[in-house]
Amino acid sequence: MGILEVKNVGKRFGGLQALGDVNLSVKENTCHAIIGPNGAGKSTLLNCLIGKLIPDTGSVMFDGQSVLGRKPHEINQMGISRVFQTPEIFGDLSVFENVMIPCFAKRDGSFRMHAYESCDAETDIIAKAEAMLDEVNMLEKRNVVASSLSRGDKRRLEMAMCLSQKPKLLLLDEPTAGMARADTNNTIDLLKTIKAKGELTMCIIEHDMHVVFSLADRITVLAQGTPLVEDTPENIKGHPKVREAYLGEAEV
Amino acid sequence: MTDQTTDTRMDATRPRASAAHKSSGLLGLTGKDLGLFIIVALLTILAPFILNPFPEGSALAQFNGGYPDLMQRFVIFGIFAIGFNILFGLTGYLSFGHAAFLGVGSYAAIWMMKLLTLNVIPAIIMSIVFAGIFALIVGYISLRRSGIYFSILTLAFAQMSYALAYSVLTPITGGETGLQLKATDTPLLSNLGPTEIGRANFFGVDMRASYEMAIGDWLFTFNAGYYIAAVFMLLSFYLAIRLFRSPFGMMLRAVKSNQQRMNYTGLNSRPYTLAAFVISGMYAGLAGGLMVAMDTQVGPERMFWTASGEVVLMTILGGAGTLIGPVLGAGMIKYMENIVSKINDGILHQWFAFMPDGIEDFLVFVIHPFIGKGWHLTLGLLFMLVVIFLPGGLVEGGQRIASVFRRKETKTSTVEKSAAEQQQHSE
Repeated sequence: MGILEVKNVGKRFGGLQALGDVNLSVKENTCHAIIGPNGAGKSTLLNCLIGKLIPDTGSVMFDGQSVLGRKPHEINQMGISRVFQTPEIFGDLSVFENVMIPCFAKRDGSFRMHAYESCDAETDIIAKAEAMLDEVNMLEKRNVVASSLSRGDKRRLEMAMCLSQKPKLLLLDEPTAGMARADTNNTIDLLKTIKAKGELTMCIIEHDMHVVFSLADRITVLAQGTPLVEDTPENIKGHPKVREAYLGEAEV
Repeated sequence: MTDQTTDTRMDATRPRASAAHKSSGLLGLTGKDLGLFIIVALLTILAPFILNPFPEGSALAQFNGGYPDLMQRFVIFGIFAIGFNILFGLTGYLSFGHAAFLGVGSYAAIWMMKLLTLNVIPAIIMSIVFAGIFALIVGYISLRRSGIYFSILTLAFAQMSYALAYSVLTPITGGETGLQLKATDTPLLSNLGPTEIGRANFFGVDMRASYEMAIGDWLFTFNAGYYIAAVFMLLSFYLAIRLFRSPFGMMLRAVKSNQQRMNYTGLNSRPYTLAAFVISGMYAGLAGGLMVAMDTQVGPERMFWTASGEVVLMTILGGAGTLIGPVLGAGMIKYMENIVSKINDGILHQWFAFMPDGIEDFLVFVIHPFIGKGWHLTLGLLFMLVVIFLPGGLVEGGQRIASVFRRKETKTSTVEKSAAEQQQHSE
């Protein structure tokens, strides 16, 4: 029994069957990669997990509880954080405030009327946010307005925001898309360190096979809304069906 | 190389940590905020002097704004705009119906005075309570939508309130004529003579009581009502600063910045926006209550949509999302409404009397549409100029001027420095 159990999930947009009959089981403290060609339904699946979409059929269980029908903020409070394909950050706020907000959400829950306390007096939140920014090497950019960051930095910031909540499950939607090689390697190192601590389950969508094979413990290949095969990275690399559907004939 | 990076990191940490230790400060405010609050407090206390810079009887005396009625308007509309800014400036939700809360507050206050006591404090408290309850209802419904739909919903609510106050609810609101204190009113706790019309007071101090001080040709008026309203304004301003600097204020800015990310970060944006809406509604109610405390009358036109639009203008003109902007905007608009509208052709002829007749008439002809009843035209032009050239409002204008001076200073200092270095080299 994994921490995340997706059973028979289907989603249809008008005439398009985006997800057919998806079954997925992610074990605790592992990294599960979902790969597949464009339009395979990877992002749709992730959207079903965080409450952005509600699947037509099937069930999604996280940590023994159903996710379906819950609002996005409730699902996050259960312990699921997501890094989006295009970075979703608070563009008008400073980098430091961007990290403080999830720290508040973690400590105070989805709503708290703390209108009279000063932010400067929240020493525990400040310390937490500082430590998190330090971990992603962004402490010197703490006072920068987030919208003026480079794309790579925005992704790092979003990852820091998600990690600062200490989620049980981290969903990563193409975390290195559009990144330079050096940034990609930095991201891989960061995720590896976090993974080594063994406190976090990761579910990652990625096109970059270098990232997938350096991180994943198990890989699911999705094609046209249905899982083609699920196996360890070693077996996926050599799987004839996968090569045909996704990797092509080129060497990996 | 690595040493350098750790060094900058340490530097980045230090000022924040020390600020956190000092945060108790005075009244819980630190640095710039404390300075701003003290400046605003001084300006409000000394307003009778500052707004009356010209001696009585001089040609410029009509620019004096230091009479009680106008000063009261400054602070009351300042409160209204500060509250509106908490909603619009922080969360970005543009309410177009805030005058409804002002009106509800006013009606609640006048009824307290008619029925219970002529002391203004219970009236003001009830105006805040009623406006808060009404804002809770309106906000709960309107906040289901955002953007233009939210604005239209609030506008619809305000116009409904206006229509109700104007006609259907006449027994409560006095309809078209509104409500004012009458000789027939017998407040429970006030001993009035049989034909005596009650006057609003603050524990016995008449709100209209004024002390006039003449220094040479200058005349300064210190009005009880103004100072009571000013105390409420300073209190409102102080609470607004605290809110801006609080985690709650940060969440409201997060709503404006990216509501989607906020929800996926485990925060429920709805109660945050509703709380902001109710707080700003209560500010509007306080402003409405204070208006009644000053002139003991209210009419439905206080809820008309132009009144809602006016507070939007004030906030944007001054600088939405800034602390001091809305107060500046409110002062600016009220000053123009009362001063520019007073200037007439006769006064213009006086000013340009030194010019040849033809030019004098021509100048008066050109300026005529912008003064007197045409003050709206002047305001409209000013608003357009600000929105186009200073999207951050008057506050941005101030910042730009300040930065020009700062740049000059740094320029001279760097020039001096390089000159000094050259000297050293030559030595």
